[in-house]
Amino acid sequence: MRTSRTVEILVGLFIALGMAAFFMLAMKVSNITDYTENDVYEVKARFDNIGGLKVRSPVRIGGVRIGRVADIRFDDKLLEAVVTLHINRAYSRIPEDSGASIYTAGLLGEQYISLQPGGSEEFLADGGIIVETQSAFVLERMVGKFLIQEAESNGNK
Amino acid sequence: MLDWLQKLGQSGMGMFQHLGQATLFLLQIIISIPTLFRHPRLLVQELYSVGVLSLAIISVSGLTVGMVLGLQMYNTLVDFGTEDSLGPVVALSLVRELGPVLTALLFSGRAGSALTAEIGLMKATDQLSVMEMMAVDPVRRVVVPRFIAGVISMPLLAAMFSAVGILGSYMVGVGMLGVDDGAFWSQMQHKVSLGADVMNGVIKSVVFGIAAVWIAVFEGYQAVPTTEGVSRATTRTVVHTAFAVLGLDFILTAIMFGDS
Repeated sequence: MRTSRTVEILVGLFIALGMAAFFMLAMKVSNITDYTENDVYEVKARFDNIGGLKVRSPVRIGGVRIGRVADIRFDDKLLEAVVTLHINRAYSRIPEDSGASIYTAGLLGEQYISLQPGGSEEFLADGGIIVETQSAFVLERMVGKFLIQEAESNGNK
Repeated sequence: MLDWLQKLGQSGMGMFQHLGQATLFLLQIIISIPTLFRHPRLLVQELYSVGVLSLAIISVSGLTVGMVLGLQMYNTLVDFGTEDSLGPVVALSLVRELGPVLTALLFSGRAGSALTAEIGLMKATDQLSVMEMMAVDPVRRVVVPRFIAGVISMPLLAAMFSAVGILGSYMVGVGMLGVDDGAFWSQMQHKVSLGADVMNGVIKSVVFGIAAVWIAVFEGYQAVPTTEGVSRATTRTVVHTAFAVLGLDFILTAIMFGDS
Protein backbone atom coordinates (compact mmCIF):
# COMPACT_ATOMS: atom_id res chain seq x y z
CA MET A 1 0.00 0.00 0.00
CA ARG A 2 1.33 3.41 -0.89
CA THR A 3 1.80 6.13 1.65
CA SER A 4 -1.33 8.08 2.36
CA ARG A 5 0.10 11.32 0.99
CA THR A 6 0.59 9.87 -2.50
CA VAL A 7 -2.86 8.32 -2.35
CA GLU A 8 -4.43 11.61 -1.35
CA ILE A 9 -2.61 13.48 -4.11
CA LEU A 10 -3.75 10.94 -6.69
CA VAL A 11 -7.34 11.10 -5.45
CA GLY A 12 -7.18 14.89 -5.64
CA LEU A 13 -5.88 14.62 -9.19
CA PHE A 14 -8.66 12.20 -10.06
CA ILE A 15 -11.37 14.52 -8.78
CA ALA A 16 -9.75 17.49 -10.51
CA LEU A 17 -9.66 15.57 -13.82
CA GLY A 18 -13.30 14.61 -13.41
CA MET A 19 -14.24 18.22 -12.76
CA ALA A 20 -12.21 19.30 -15.78
CA ALA A 21 -14.11 16.81 -17.93
CA PHE A 22 -17.44 18.19 -16.68
CA PHE A 23 -16.22 21.68 -17.34
CA MET A 24 -15.24 20.75 -20.87
CA LEU A 25 -18.60 19.07 -21.52
CA ALA A 26 -20.40 22.12 -20.19
CA MET A 27 -18.36 24.85 -21.86
CA LYS A 28 -16.95 23.39 -25.02
CA VAL A 29 -19.51 20.78 -26.04
CA SER A 30 -22.89 22.11 -24.98
CA ASN A 31 -24.58 25.36 -25.82
CA ILE A 32 -24.23 26.99 -22.44
CA THR A 33 -22.91 30.08 -24.19
CA ASP A 34 -26.34 30.54 -25.74
CA TYR A 35 -28.01 30.63 -22.35
CA THR A 36 -26.11 33.72 -21.45
CA GLU A 37 -27.89 35.64 -24.19
CA ASN A 38 -29.94 37.68 -21.77
CA ASP A 39 -29.51 40.77 -23.83
CA VAL A 40 -32.44 40.20 -26.17
CA TYR A 41 -35.67 41.86 -27.14
CA GLU A 42 -38.91 40.11 -27.91
CA VAL A 43 -40.80 40.21 -31.19
CA LYS A 44 -43.90 38.26 -32.11
CA ALA A 45 -44.92 36.90 -35.50
CA ARG A 46 -48.08 35.09 -36.59
CA PHE A 47 -48.00 32.21 -39.06
CA ASP A 48 -50.72 30.07 -40.66
CA ASN A 49 -48.45 27.05 -40.49
CA ILE A 50 -45.10 26.76 -38.78
CA GLY A 51 -44.19 23.35 -40.20
CA GLY A 52 -41.41 21.77 -38.16
CA LEU A 53 -40.26 24.93 -36.38
CA LYS A 54 -39.24 24.31 -32.78
CA VAL A 55 -38.43 26.35 -29.73
CA ARG A 56 -34.71 27.35 -29.91
CA SER A 57 -34.71 27.24 -33.72
CA PRO A 58 -32.48 29.99 -35.09
CA VAL A 59 -33.67 33.34 -36.41
CA ARG A 60 -31.54 34.59 -39.28
CA ILE A 61 -31.30 37.68 -41.34
CA GLY A 62 -29.28 37.43 -44.51
CA GLY A 63 -28.10 34.03 -43.28
CA VAL A 64 -26.62 35.42 -40.06
CA ARG A 65 -28.07 34.11 -36.80
CA ILE A 66 -29.42 37.04 -34.80
CA GLY A 67 -31.68 35.27 -32.32
CA ARG A 68 -33.76 32.28 -31.42
CA VAL A 69 -37.37 31.18 -31.28
CA ALA A 70 -38.32 31.54 -27.63
CA ASP A 71 -41.88 30.30 -27.61
CA ILE A 72 -44.50 28.84 -29.92
CA ARG A 73 -48.20 28.81 -29.09
CA PHE A 74 -51.51 28.59 -30.88
CA ASP A 75 -53.94 31.50 -30.73
CA ASP A 76 -57.38 29.90 -30.73
CA LYS A 77 -59.18 33.19 -31.47
CA LEU A 78 -57.33 34.05 -34.66
CA LEU A 79 -56.55 30.36 -35.38
CA GLU A 80 -52.93 31.14 -36.05
CA ALA A 81 -49.63 30.07 -34.57
CA VAL A 82 -47.91 32.80 -32.57
CA VAL A 83 -44.13 32.57 -32.52
CA THR A 84 -42.13 34.64 -30.06
CA LEU A 85 -38.63 35.53 -31.24
CA HIS A 86 -35.78 36.65 -29.03
CA ILE A 87 -33.48 38.86 -31.05
CA ASN A 88 -30.08 39.95 -29.81
CA ARG A 89 -29.93 43.61 -28.83
CA ALA A 90 -26.86 44.05 -30.98
CA TYR A 91 -29.24 43.88 -33.94
CA SER A 92 -31.76 46.49 -32.89
CA ARG A 93 -31.94 48.33 -36.21
CA ILE A 94 -34.29 45.98 -38.07
CA PRO A 95 -36.99 47.87 -40.00
CA GLU A 96 -40.44 47.30 -38.55
CA ASP A 97 -42.00 46.35 -41.89
CA SER A 98 -39.60 43.42 -42.25
CA GLY A 99 -41.11 40.10 -43.29
CA ALA A 100 -40.61 36.73 -41.63
CA SER A 101 -40.65 33.41 -43.43
CA ILE A 102 -39.95 29.87 -42.33
CA TYR A 103 -37.28 28.18 -44.38
CA THR A 104 -35.54 24.83 -44.26
CA ALA A 105 -31.76 24.57 -44.10
CA GLY A 106 -30.94 22.24 -46.98
CA LEU A 107 -33.58 19.90 -48.32
CA LEU A 108 -34.16 17.97 -45.11
CA GLY A 109 -32.39 20.12 -42.55
CA GLU A 110 -33.78 21.99 -39.58
CA GLN A 111 -36.25 24.82 -40.03
CA TYR A 112 -35.46 28.40 -39.15
CA ILE A 113 -37.02 31.83 -39.41
CA SER A 114 -35.56 34.16 -41.95
CA LEU A 115 -36.24 37.88 -41.75
CA GLN A 116 -36.32 39.98 -44.92
CA PRO A 117 -35.52 43.60 -44.12
CA GLY A 118 -38.13 46.13 -45.19
CA GLY A 119 -37.59 49.77 -46.07
CA SER A 120 -39.13 51.52 -43.08
CA GLU A 121 -37.29 54.16 -41.07
CA GLU A 122 -38.83 52.80 -37.87
CA PHE A 123 -37.21 49.84 -36.16
CA LEU A 124 -38.66 46.81 -34.44
CA ALA A 125 -38.69 47.27 -30.68
CA ASP A 126 -39.41 45.09 -27.66
CA GLY A 127 -42.92 43.67 -27.98
CA GLY A 128 -43.12 44.48 -31.67
CA ILE A 129 -45.09 42.40 -34.13
CA ILE A 130 -43.97 41.24 -37.54
CA VAL A 131 -47.02 41.57 -39.77
CA GLU A 132 -45.82 40.19 -43.05
CA THR A 133 -45.21 36.47 -42.66
CA GLN A 134 -44.90 33.52 -44.95
CA SER A 135 -45.72 30.03 -43.74
CA ALA A 136 -43.47 27.04 -43.73
CA PHE A 137 -42.89 25.10 -46.89
CA VAL A 138 -44.59 21.77 -46.25
CA LEU A 139 -43.22 19.13 -48.57
CA GLU A 140 -46.31 16.89 -48.41
CA ARG A 141 -48.59 19.75 -49.47
CA MET A 142 -46.35 20.55 -52.44
CA VAL A 143 -46.32 16.92 -53.51
CA GLY A 144 -50.11 16.81 -53.15
CA LYS A 145 -50.53 19.95 -55.27
CA PHE A 146 -48.21 18.55 -57.90
CA LEU A 147 -50.15 15.26 -58.06
CA ILE A 148 -53.49 17.07 -58.44
CA GLN A 149 -52.10 19.27 -61.22
CA GLU A 150 -50.69 16.23 -62.93
CA ALA A 151 -54.03 14.43 -62.70
CA GLU A 152 -55.88 17.49 -64.05
CA SER A 153 -53.54 17.93 -66.99
CA ASN A 154 -53.87 14.24 -67.78
CA GLY A 155 -57.69 14.52 -67.61
CA ASN A 156 -57.69 17.49 -70.03
CA LYS A 157 -55.89 15.54 -72.70
CA MET B 1 -46.67 -30.37 -13.67
CA LEU B 2 -47.02 -29.57 -9.99
CA ASP B 3 -43.31 -30.11 -9.51
CA TRP B 4 -42.61 -27.63 -12.23
CA LEU B 5 -44.96 -25.08 -10.66
CA GLN B 6 -43.31 -25.63 -7.30
CA LYS B 7 -39.89 -24.98 -8.79
CA LEU B 8 -41.15 -21.82 -10.45
CA GLY B 9 -42.62 -20.62 -7.17
CA GLN B 10 -39.45 -21.48 -5.32
CA SER B 11 -37.21 -19.57 -7.68
CA GLY B 12 -39.65 -16.65 -7.75
CA MET B 13 -39.72 -16.43 -3.96
CA GLY B 14 -35.95 -16.75 -3.86
CA MET B 15 -35.64 -13.85 -6.26
CA PHE B 16 -37.94 -11.63 -4.22
CA GLN B 17 -36.13 -12.59 -1.05
CA HIS B 18 -32.85 -11.64 -2.70
CA LEU B 19 -34.29 -8.30 -3.83
CA GLY B 20 -35.71 -7.63 -0.39
CA GLN B 21 -32.38 -8.40 1.28
CA ALA B 22 -30.62 -6.12 -1.19
CA THR B 23 -33.08 -3.30 -0.46
CA LEU B 24 -32.69 -3.68 3.30
CA PHE B 25 -28.93 -3.70 2.82
CA LEU B 26 -29.12 -0.47 0.81
CA LEU B 27 -31.22 1.13 3.56
CA GLN B 28 -28.69 0.01 6.14
CA ILE B 29 -25.91 1.59 4.05
CA ILE B 30 -27.83 4.84 3.67
CA ILE B 31 -28.52 5.04 7.41
CA SER B 32 -24.82 4.47 8.12
CA ILE B 33 -23.57 7.14 5.70
CA PRO B 34 -23.30 9.93 8.33
CA THR B 35 -20.69 7.93 10.28
CA LEU B 36 -18.40 8.26 7.27
CA PHE B 37 -17.78 11.91 8.11
CA ARG B 38 -15.92 10.80 11.21
CA HIS B 39 -13.44 8.81 9.13
CA PRO B 40 -12.86 10.65 5.83
CA ARG B 41 -9.52 8.84 5.46
CA LEU B 42 -11.35 5.60 4.65
CA LEU B 43 -13.16 7.32 1.80
CA VAL B 44 -9.93 8.68 0.32
CA GLN B 45 -8.37 5.23 0.40
CA GLU B 46 -11.38 3.74 -1.39
CA LEU B 47 -11.58 6.59 -3.90
CA TYR B 48 -8.02 5.69 -4.79
CA SER B 49 -8.70 2.01 -5.39
CA VAL B 50 -12.12 2.48 -7.02
CA GLY B 51 -11.60 5.71 -8.94
CA VAL B 52 -7.95 6.42 -9.57
CA LEU B 53 -7.10 2.88 -10.55
CA SER B 54 -10.01 2.82 -13.03
CA LEU B 55 -8.68 5.93 -14.78
CA ALA B 56 -6.44 4.10 -17.22
CA ILE B 57 -9.06 1.74 -18.61
CA ILE B 58 -11.71 4.46 -18.77
CA SER B 59 -9.56 6.95 -20.63
CA VAL B 60 -8.12 4.39 -23.06
CA SER B 61 -11.58 2.97 -23.86
CA GLY B 62 -13.04 6.46 -24.16
CA LEU B 63 -10.35 7.47 -26.59
CA THR B 64 -10.72 4.38 -28.79
CA VAL B 65 -14.54 4.48 -28.73
CA GLY B 66 -14.43 8.14 -29.75
CA MET B 67 -11.93 7.45 -32.53
CA VAL B 68 -13.93 4.52 -33.91
CA LEU B 69 -17.18 6.49 -33.71
CA GLY B 70 -15.54 9.37 -35.58
CA LEU B 71 -14.26 7.05 -38.28
CA GLN B 72 -17.51 5.12 -38.77
CA MET B 73 -19.83 8.11 -38.60
CA TYR B 74 -17.66 10.01 -41.05
CA ASN B 75 -17.94 7.20 -43.61
CA THR B 76 -21.74 7.32 -43.42
CA LEU B 77 -22.15 11.07 -43.16
CA VAL B 78 -19.83 11.86 -46.06
CA ASP B 79 -22.27 10.12 -48.43
CA PHE B 80 -24.85 12.78 -47.61
CA GLY B 81 -22.35 15.60 -47.64
CA THR B 82 -23.05 16.26 -43.98
CA GLU B 83 -19.67 15.32 -42.51
CA ASP B 84 -19.77 18.62 -40.62
CA SER B 85 -22.35 17.11 -38.29
CA LEU B 86 -19.78 14.57 -37.11
CA GLY B 87 -19.33 16.70 -33.98
CA PRO B 88 -22.94 16.64 -32.77
CA VAL B 89 -23.44 12.97 -33.70
CA VAL B 90 -20.41 11.84 -31.72
CA ALA B 91 -21.03 14.21 -28.82
CA LEU B 92 -24.69 13.29 -28.45
CA SER B 93 -24.10 9.54 -28.62
CA LEU B 94 -21.25 9.78 -26.11
CA VAL B 95 -22.85 12.18 -23.66
CA ARG B 96 -26.30 10.64 -23.71
CA GLU B 97 -25.62 6.92 -24.02
CA LEU B 98 -22.16 5.52 -24.56
CA GLY B 99 -20.42 7.52 -21.86
CA PRO B 100 -22.61 6.47 -18.93
CA VAL B 101 -23.36 2.92 -20.15
CA LEU B 102 -19.88 1.84 -21.22
CA THR B 103 -18.33 3.49 -18.17
CA ALA B 104 -20.73 1.59 -15.92
CA LEU B 105 -19.94 -1.72 -17.64
CA LEU B 106 -16.19 -1.14 -17.49
CA PHE B 107 -16.52 0.13 -13.96
CA SER B 108 -18.26 -3.05 -12.82
CA GLY B 109 -15.58 -5.13 -14.51
CA ARG B 110 -12.71 -3.12 -13.10
CA ALA B 111 -13.92 -1.94 -9.70
CA GLY B 112 -17.18 -3.76 -8.93
CA SER B 113 -15.71 -7.24 -9.25
CA ALA B 114 -12.76 -6.20 -7.08
CA LEU B 115 -15.11 -4.86 -4.41
CA THR B 116 -17.10 -8.10 -4.35
CA ALA B 117 -13.98 -10.24 -4.18
CA GLU B 118 -12.48 -8.08 -1.44
CA ILE B 119 -15.58 -8.07 0.76
CA GLY B 120 -16.29 -11.74 0.01
CA LEU B 121 -12.76 -12.74 1.01
CA MET B 122 -13.00 -10.63 4.17
CA LYS B 123 -16.09 -12.66 4.97
CA ALA B 124 -14.46 -15.98 4.03
CA THR B 125 -11.45 -15.24 6.22
CA ASP B 126 -13.74 -14.17 9.11
CA GLN B 127 -12.47 -10.60 9.12
CA LEU B 128 -16.03 -9.32 9.17
CA SER B 129 -16.95 -11.45 12.18
CA VAL B 130 -13.82 -10.26 13.97
CA MET B 131 -14.90 -6.67 13.41
CA GLU B 132 -18.29 -7.48 14.87
CA MET B 133 -16.57 -9.01 17.91
CA MET B 134 -14.64 -5.79 18.38
CA ALA B 135 -17.96 -3.91 18.19
CA VAL B 136 -17.03 -2.36 14.86
CA ASP B 137 -19.94 -2.39 12.46
CA PRO B 138 -18.56 -3.92 9.25
CA VAL B 139 -21.20 -2.10 7.20
CA ARG B 140 -19.94 1.23 8.50
CA ARG B 141 -16.25 0.35 8.40
CA VAL B 142 -16.06 -1.66 5.16
CA VAL B 143 -19.16 -1.23 3.02
CA VAL B 144 -20.11 2.45 3.33
CA PRO B 145 -16.73 3.94 2.26
CA ARG B 146 -16.65 1.65 -0.78
CA PHE B 147 -20.24 2.47 -1.66
CA ILE B 148 -19.76 6.22 -1.45
CA ALA B 149 -16.44 6.06 -3.30
CA GLY B 150 -18.16 4.23 -6.16
CA VAL B 151 -21.07 6.66 -6.28
CA ILE B 152 -18.67 9.62 -6.39
CA SER B 153 -16.34 8.03 -8.94
CA MET B 154 -18.90 6.93 -11.52
CA PRO B 155 -20.09 10.37 -12.74
CA LEU B 156 -16.50 11.64 -12.77
CA LEU B 157 -15.34 8.64 -14.79
CA ALA B 158 -18.31 8.91 -17.17
CA ALA B 159 -17.61 12.60 -17.76
CA MET B 160 -13.96 11.76 -18.48
CA PHE B 161 -15.03 8.98 -20.83
CA SER B 162 -17.24 11.35 -22.83
CA ALA B 163 -14.69 14.16 -22.85
CA VAL B 164 -11.83 11.90 -23.93
CA GLY B 165 -14.09 10.26 -26.53
CA ILE B 166 -14.98 13.61 -28.05
CA LEU B 167 -11.29 14.49 -28.18
CA GLY B 168 -10.63 11.14 -29.86
CA SER B 169 -13.23 11.77 -32.53
CA TYR B 170 -11.83 15.28 -32.95
CA MET B 171 -8.39 13.80 -33.58
CA VAL B 172 -9.73 11.37 -36.17
CA GLY B 173 -12.35 13.63 -37.76
CA VAL B 174 -10.47 16.91 -37.90
CA GLY B 175 -6.92 15.61 -37.79
CA MET B 176 -7.11 12.66 -40.18
CA LEU B 177 -10.27 12.98 -42.25
CA GLY B 178 -10.34 16.73 -42.79
CA VAL B 179 -13.61 17.79 -41.18
CA ASP B 180 -13.66 21.54 -40.66
CA ASP B 181 -12.37 22.47 -37.22
CA GLY B 182 -14.85 25.28 -36.60
CA ALA B 183 -17.86 23.35 -37.92
CA PHE B 184 -17.02 20.41 -35.66
CA TRP B 185 -17.24 22.46 -32.47
CA SER B 186 -19.88 25.01 -33.48
CA GLN B 187 -22.36 22.41 -34.72
CA MET B 188 -21.73 20.43 -31.54
CA GLN B 189 -22.41 23.46 -29.37
CA HIS B 190 -25.49 24.22 -31.41
CA LYS B 191 -27.01 20.76 -31.02
CA VAL B 192 -25.92 19.63 -27.55
CA SER B 193 -27.80 21.33 -24.76
CA LEU B 194 -26.44 21.51 -21.23
CA GLY B 195 -29.70 20.85 -19.46
CA ALA B 196 -31.20 18.21 -21.69
CA ASP B 197 -28.13 16.26 -22.77
CA VAL B 198 -25.15 16.76 -20.49
CA MET B 199 -27.17 16.85 -17.26
CA ASN B 200 -29.24 13.81 -18.22
CA GLY B 201 -26.01 11.97 -18.95
CA VAL B 202 -24.78 12.90 -15.48
CA ILE B 203 -28.04 11.71 -13.89
CA LYS B 204 -27.69 8.43 -15.78
CA SER B 205 -24.13 7.92 -14.62
CA VAL B 206 -25.09 8.61 -10.99
CA VAL B 207 -27.94 6.07 -11.19
CA PHE B 208 -25.69 3.49 -12.86
CA GLY B 209 -23.00 4.15 -10.29
CA ILE B 210 -25.42 3.50 -7.42
CA ALA B 211 -26.67 0.31 -9.12
CA ALA B 212 -23.16 -0.96 -9.87
CA VAL B 213 -21.67 -0.50 -6.38
CA TRP B 214 -24.86 -1.56 -4.66
CA ILE B 215 -24.79 -4.89 -6.51
CA ALA B 216 -21.04 -5.22 -5.93
CA VAL B 217 -21.07 -4.67 -2.17
CA PHE B 218 -24.27 -6.67 -1.69
CA GLU B 219 -22.94 -9.70 -3.56
CA GLY B 220 -19.69 -9.48 -1.62
CA TYR B 221 -21.47 -9.19 1.70
CA GLN B 222 -23.84 -12.05 0.92
CA ALA B 223 -21.22 -14.30 -0.67
CA VAL B 224 -21.01 -17.90 0.50
CA PRO B 225 -17.76 -17.76 2.52
CA THR B 226 -15.84 -20.31 0.49
CA THR B 227 -13.41 -19.98 -2.43
CA GLU B 228 -16.10 -21.06 -4.84
CA GLY B 229 -18.73 -18.83 -3.26
CA VAL B 230 -16.54 -15.75 -3.67
CA SER B 231 -15.78 -16.57 -7.29
CA ARG B 232 -19.50 -17.04 -8.01
CA ALA B 233 -20.36 -13.79 -6.27
CA THR B 234 -17.78 -11.97 -8.39
CA THR B 235 -19.26 -13.40 -11.58
CA ARG B 236 -22.77 -12.52 -10.45
CA THR B 237 -21.69 -8.94 -9.76
CA VAL B 238 -20.51 -8.41 -13.32
CA VAL B 239 -23.50 -10.16 -14.91
CA HIS B 240 -26.16 -8.54 -12.72
CA THR B 241 -24.60 -5.11 -13.12
CA ALA B 242 -24.66 -5.48 -16.90
CA PHE B 243 -28.36 -6.42 -16.83
CA ALA B 244 -29.23 -3.70 -14.35
CA VAL B 245 -27.34 -0.99 -16.23
CA LEU B 246 -28.78 -1.90 -19.63
CA GLY B 247 -32.32 -2.21 -18.26
CA LEU B 248 -32.08 1.05 -16.32
CA ASP B 249 -30.62 2.73 -19.38
CA PHE B 250 -33.67 1.86 -21.43
CA ILE B 251 -36.02 3.12 -18.72
CA LEU B 252 -34.07 6.35 -18.18
CA THR B 253 -33.77 6.98 -21.91
CA ALA B 254 -37.51 6.48 -22.35
CA ILE B 255 -38.19 8.96 -19.53
CA MET B 256 -35.60 11.55 -20.58
CA PHE B 257 -35.67 11.52 -24.36
CA GLY B 258 -38.85 9.57 -25.11
CA ASP B 259 -41.14 12.50 -25.78
CA SER B 260 -38.87 14.63 -27.92
